[in-house]
Amino acid sequence: MSAGALPILQVVLPLIAAPLCVLLRRSGLAWAFTTLITWCLLAISILLLIRVMAGGVISYRLGGWAPPFGIEYRLDAVNCFVLLIICVIAAVVAPYMRQSVAREIPAPRHNIFYAVYLLALTGLLGITATGDAFNIYVFMEISSLASYVLIALGPSRQARTAAFQYLIVGTIGATFLLIGIGLLYTMTGTLNLADLSLRIREVSDMRPIYAALAFITIGVLVKLALFPVHIWLPNAYTQAPSAISAFLAASATKVGAYLLLRFIFTLFGVEFSFEQMPLMEILMPLSLIAILVGSIVAIFQNNLKRLFAYSSIGQIGYLALGISFGSTSGLTGAIVHTFNHAMMKGGIFLALGCLVFRAGSVDLSTLHGLGRRMPFTMAALIMGGLGLIGVPLTSGFVSKWYLVQAAIEADLWPVAVLILFGSLLALIYVGRIIEVAFFRPPPADLQAMREAPLQMLIPTWILIASSVYFGIHTDITVSVSERAAEVLLGTPS
Amino acid sequence: MITSLPPFLIFFAGALVVAFAPNRLRPTLTLLVPLFGGWNLWYVAAGSDLTVALFDYRLELVRSDKLSLLFGILFHLATFLISIYAVHIRDRLQQVSSLVYAGGALGAVFAGDLITLFVAWELMAVSSVFLIWARRTPRASSAGLRYLAIQISSGLLLLAGALLHISETGSLAFGPLGVGSLAGVLIFTAFGIKCAFPLVHSWLTDAYPEATPSGMVFLSAFTTKVAVYGLARSFAGTEALIYIGTAMAMFPIFYAVIENDLRRVLAFSLINQVGFMVVGIGIGSELALNGAVSHAFNDVLFKGLLLMAMGAVLHQTGKINGSELGGLYKTMPITTGFCIVGAASISAFPLFSGFVSKSMVMAAAAQEGYWIVWLLLLFASAGVFHHAGIKIPYFAFFAHDSGIRTREPPANMLIAMGLGAALCILIGVYPSLLYGILPWEVHYIPYTADHVLTQLQLLFFSALAFAWLNLAGLYPPELPSVNLDADWLYRRLGLRGARLAERALAKAEQTGARLTEVSSYNFRRVAMQHCGPASVLARTWSTGFAALWIIILLGICLILYYL
Repeated sequence: MSAGALPILQVVLPLIAAPLCVLLRRSGLAWAFTTLITWCLLAISILLLIRVMAGGVISYRLGGWAPPFGIEYRLDAVNCFVLLIICVIAAVVAPYMRQSVAREIPAPRHNIFYAVYLLALTGLLGITATGDAFNIYVFMEISSLASYVLIALGPSRQARTAAFQYLIVGTIGATFLLIGIGLLYTMTGTLNLADLSLRIREVSDMRPIYAALAFITIGVLVKLALFPVHIWLPNAYTQAPSAISAFLAASATKVGAYLLLRFIFTLFGVEFSFEQMPLMEILMPLSLIAILVGSIVAIFQNNLKRLFAYSSIGQIGYLALGISFGSTSGLTGAIVHTFNHAMMKGGIFLALGCLVFRAGSVDLSTLHGLGRRMPFTMAALIMGGLGLIGVPLTSGFVSKWYLVQAAIEADLWPVAVLILFGSLLALIYVGRIIEVAFFRPPPADLQAMREAPLQMLIPTWILIASSVYFGIHTDITVSVSERAAEVLLGTPS
Repeated sequence: MITSLPPFLIFFAGALVVAFAPNRLRPTLTLLVPLFGGWNLWYVAAGSDLTVALFDYRLELVRSDKLSLLFGILFHLATFLISIYAVHIRDRLQQVSSLVYAGGALGAVFAGDLITLFVAWELMAVSSVFLIWARRTPRASSAGLRYLAIQISSGLLLLAGALLHISETGSLAFGPLGVGSLAGVLIFTAFGIKCAFPLVHSWLTDAYPEATPSGMVFLSAFTTKVAVYGLARSFAGTEALIYIGTAMAMFPIFYAVIENDLRRVLAFSLINQVGFMVVGIGIGSELALNGAVSHAFNDVLFKGLLLMAMGAVLHQTGKINGSELGGLYKTMPITTGFCIVGAASISAFPLFSGFVSKSMVMAAAAQEGYWIVWLLLLFASAGVFHHAGIKIPYFAFFAHDSGIRTREPPANMLIAMGLGAALCILIGVYPSLLYGILPWEVHYIPYTADHVLTQLQLLFFSALAFAWLNLAGLYPPELPSVNLDADWLYRRLGLRGARLAERALAKAEQTGARLTEVSSYNFRRVAMQHCGPASVLARTWSTGFAALWIIILLGICLILYYL
């Protein structure tokens, strides 16, 4: 079945829309245009996923040049699923932005903000869609530069520092990725991923390939923010404008996870990465430490954005853990968790944006008794939190289920125990919020506080509700994830 | 053709409706839920098995057999009674969470597989804690958090055990498991925590008395009974349970006697009654199992009745400490009467419900030749009579007049207590009503001269001792309970031993509490030091430091790859 120009439209549409957005000087117009574009992108990504699930891999040749010489966009179950995640988040966050951005960013910069948002989106979609290693680097730079700008637009002065740190650390990561890709190119003479994965087998016992693996994994881990190279993440998420925190938390790290999957499994292959190279021995301890450290640090945080940023570090640990098993159930768990965590964390950060909008702060001390004044916002926050704990009937449970199963299959008992222990830690930090918001008396001046506007609440609840929906109806997410895991492991059923 | 709905679904749907119903309609709706549920149970009983697919497995959401139906009936009855008791309450939080909690309990007893059980298990934990938090005091909020942590741990153990069991055997079935494998031990521990086994019981006595008046009645009806059901389903005939159960029946007596908070006395008494059930399950003969589950049935009724009476006292006077109450019979005569019916039932007076079930467990112990266990249980029975049968009504309603003048509680509370009392007597007089729905056929006859005389002897001599001690002024609450019945049963055991035992127990508990405190303090200190806001892990590192880490990680990778 032909997909026509859909694959390229997915990436080029926001790229073209970004400069147009700058030209639309009025804030409202720019916003409406951005929202329209993100909805088109969502429609495209759904169409693509349907076609890939029905008919297998879609290959699109850029400019008509045949691969491996020309650039190829290559869509399979894995990246179509990630494209869908990014587009869902972008499409849900876009309507939310109007009021949140109006409150947090000075009006003259609005059109720039929306343009940069579209550019960031271009970068993320491009990384995911392309089948060319160098292209990945290019799009990663686009998305990173755009994210630095978006974070720097945050309301407080610390936002600039956070963006600067992210810039330095992110550039190091991207450079490592480039060095790794360069090494691969020297050894094989090709940049096309599919072609690379074949040719790499001939030279897989050469030292430069080892170095390439090291550089590429570390480069991607920096983007993914796995402990101990997570330093940029808490500040960036805390200081960014609320809508951007939600967007980045829900999509940028997911693209990092995708890259890790793509490079480890498709490019280097599971035998090379896990049998020839001790990748599991490196990834697994790091991810376990990430789970513990992220969750425990989160317990002691008072700024909720920072709290959930650290919780993200813990959750990224779960993702990396699933990948580190190198087995079908581990990968299924990791991919399902990518989706589920995007929904939960996206919803949580949107709810935090509602708090910023009404209460002006996300400090735990300003939340006293807020459960009565802003019941829907707080309920969304709590529902998302329950998902992070992994309470049954939320999607977090499904991910944990597969991860525990993978640990048991691999005969790694202590790991299964640690996964469950992580849930207990999440219970504590979510419990603190419940306690403050619902069981502390509200201060007298809280009377005037109202629920957040509907235009912000509805997107928040779409994400939260979908995280519950996919906790109960697991067929869709799990079947797509299983298919993706099989594609990655090269064992199609 | 009418097919049945899953019992828990009705409760969850009810909870949803109640959550959004206006204030005035809520009590009525809450009452309608168990009524409709009971009507539906009729069809469930006719045979209903509902399975759904999750992942690669088939989950059996509803399995109806005689054992699950008995608990199903019990939970509907309990929800109905307690909902009447709670009609006057204007608290959305309590009404919704109690329905969800009851639904979770029903989900657990009708679950045919371990995954459904786990989901229901966690749901009960999460919903029930709101009944504690609904008291809205700082004590309740911290006790609730402790309670939740332990309940969730129990759920996690269950999940770990279930997953292990599934991967070992490939079967999800929630059936006989035994403690032969690690999976069995994990699940056993999970049940044990919920069942308040000795040393893991403290969540119960810690948190329950902090709940709201009706909340505590709810809590006492469901959580431990679901655990008893689980043990009966999966671990019937496990010998360890006999000794664990005996310990459970024994040790709370000492605490109950020195406890001042009357609702906490009943919390200890709850553990003690559950102990009898656990012994029955451990013996595992048909008679013993019948005794265990019928005692669970009766316990919900009479313990509920006693808790309702104490709740009424708390509701009317705001006080619950034995030392602050007394003489209330003058102003609350009806409540006093109901409380005495409950006390007589829990003490197993002939013609009251406790008698027809507890004696089955005792008889089974004797039949299977566990004579020491039988003796210990007899001692425990005397202890029950002392701390629950006499102490509760005596200190609340009689004793020295505290001068409190109050009124009878609202009519709905009286109606609920009246129904409960009526059921206690009805089952005591016509035991065949209860025996008819037991899972195994009953050949046991409670009202033989032998049974009745033994029991009456036990009770009257205990009462005599109490009266004498009281008249002689020897009965401050600090005295150990064995004083009461040392007369004819435990002469050889002696006061000294009992006192020593009590002291040792108190010491052990103190040490335990201290150890937990110290270790939790140390954990917090270490965690704060390394993960607190000012620690190295939570600080913002300088960019150079971050870059250094990237290089270190790269170095480690390169070295590992090149080796």
